[in-house]
Amino acid sequence: MNLEDFTATELAEKIRHKEVSAAEAVGGSLEQIRKHDDQLNAFLNVCEDATENATRIDERLAAGEDVGPLAGVPIALKDNMCVQGTPTTCASKILEHWMSPYDAHVTDLLEKAGAVIVGKTNMDEYAMGSSTENSGLALTRNPWNTEHAPGGSSGGSAAAVASGMVPLALGSDTGGSIRQPAAFCGVTGSKPTYGRVSRFGLVAFGSSLDQIGPLSRDVRDNALLLQVISGHDTRDSTSANLDVPDYLASLDGSIDGLKIGIPKEYFVEGMSPDVAAATEAAIETLRSLGAETREISMPHTQYAVAVYYIIATAEASSNLSRYDGVHYGFRSQNAEDMIEMYTKSRQEAFGDEVKRRIMLGTFALSAETYEAYYLKAAKVRKLMRQDFDHAFEEVDCILSPTAPSPAFKIGELVDDPLEMYLSDILTLSLNLAGLPGISVPCGFSARGLPLGLQIMGKPWDEATVLRAAHAFQENTDFLKRPTMPWPQAASL
Amino acid sequence: MNDEPMEKISKEQVRHVALLSRIEMSDEEVEVFQSQLENILEYMDKLDELDTSDVEPMSSVMGLNNVFREDEVKASVPTEVALANAPEKAGDSFKVPTVVE
Repeated sequence: MNLEDFTATELAEKIRHKEVSAAEAVGGSLEQIRKHDDQLNAFLNVCEDATENATRIDERLAAGEDVGPLAGVPIALKDNMCVQGTPTTCASKILEHWMSPYDAHVTDLLEKAGAVIVGKTNMDEYAMGSSTENSGLALTRNPWNTEHAPGGSSGGSAAAVASGMVPLALGSDTGGSIRQPAAFCGVTGSKPTYGRVSRFGLVAFGSSLDQIGPLSRDVRDNALLLQVISGHDTRDSTSANLDVPDYLASLDGSIDGLKIGIPKEYFVEGMSPDVAAATEAAIETLRSLGAETREISMPHTQYAVAVYYIIATAEASSNLSRYDGVHYGFRSQNAEDMIEMYTKSRQEAFGDEVKRRIMLGTFALSAETYEAYYLKAAKVRKLMRQDFDHAFEEVDCILSPTAPSPAFKIGELVDDPLEMYLSDILTLSLNLAGLPGISVPCGFSARGLPLGLQIMGKPWDEATVLRAAHAFQENTDFLKRPTMPWPQAASL
Repeated sequence: MNDEPMEKISKEQVRHVALLSRIEMSDEEVEVFQSQLENILEYMDKLDELDTSDVEPMSSVMGLNNVFREDEVKASVPTEVALANAPEKAGDSFKVPTVVE
């Protein structure tokens, strides 16, 4: 068995019992990256001090110290989270040479838990996109078929886990950016409740929506990593001051009698038949385990794309005003005066999707259109949250496909922004409502691409979501690995 | 009966929004963005189907208001760290083009 075949839980256990050293585990991960990342481009940066950090863990282990639940486990971070002294680019030319002056809260927590950060992963620029094709720095490919996109915006993190380069990664999810790439790459990805994980040191995109979460192969690893990164942090004023449940303990419960709602509105027109069939089969599996499933209605689901792309772009237009070329980041050398320095810096370095969203958000917030767009969207958002509140009076969790189709081809949707936005329809509502959810592998398309099942939960109830997902995973066999390397990639 | 142009966003508005957004834009880009934004904004008309006159807008999913903390002096980022990523600097300051003649 190779090191890359172990889950993080297994690897941590072996490191704790000194069957494998942290240096070997991290060395194995770096070797996988060297072997495969030329073709995948999942990583933007590999951390040069990873081996050194692993050796330090080994020394502490040898000295009998408590090294934490993730001691020696390699992990990748989406490149919008700060690791002091290393670049954090957000896959943008604006921040291409920006060095993080401090650690994100999640970075602090990972280091305390003994995890070793091996690199930073590619993403859509500023997390704006659903395919990672909007990266200003690299084109990431799906490890299951390199002609296909890995999904996005956390596409690099999903591809890195799927290909065995790392057992764990962090992503961020503003409208599905963890769950959708997890589905497209055949891994497990969860978005915790808004406020569960501190966003200190996460580069902001849509501040009322953004949440950091774990990507892993299986649900147990997901729970393990979520446990480490959750909890209150005074440096993020939206971080919740609540106790964090024991997520690993929650996995062991039965789902006998669990009430699962199936919202009919999530089975959208144009959904791939493979997705529909895999979801039907998943519902049957959960029923066979004792869960009670019932059809529910969430009538405002159809407005999710319109609401999201007003709220998220409005917030982005404000958050991204900080990239003005004054204090840090790219500055145009072609400017004659101050205003030109702003307009040319932003013109030359932002990609088209980022410009489009800043423009859309600025328009939605401007005096003449504020009521018609921003305020209207904020009201409909309330109705969408009420859909969830009503549903949760009847059921314990809600189930749907993660995406209406398997991974699309690179280039397939890139020229049609609205079509690309519509591909997010099944994941956006959860962010607008601020609730927790997960995507777990639930099958394959006829062409062999992975499919994802989404389970959504009540506020702060990640435990039930994880328990249902774990029960599903324990009783199915969809945790496969893609065949590597990829001969077809040579001609691309 | 309706004097307003059919379009949701005119080229002129695109230019204005680009200026507000501090993004320089060529005529070709204005053209492309106008048609894409038009398409997206038309889709957003969907929201008009809903009567929201009695609905309170939602801005925080947690129902949070202000979060207060003690007003204590804490260490802040040292000058050299703050300046480390500056595109241009002069001594202990960020350097920018002349603002006042």
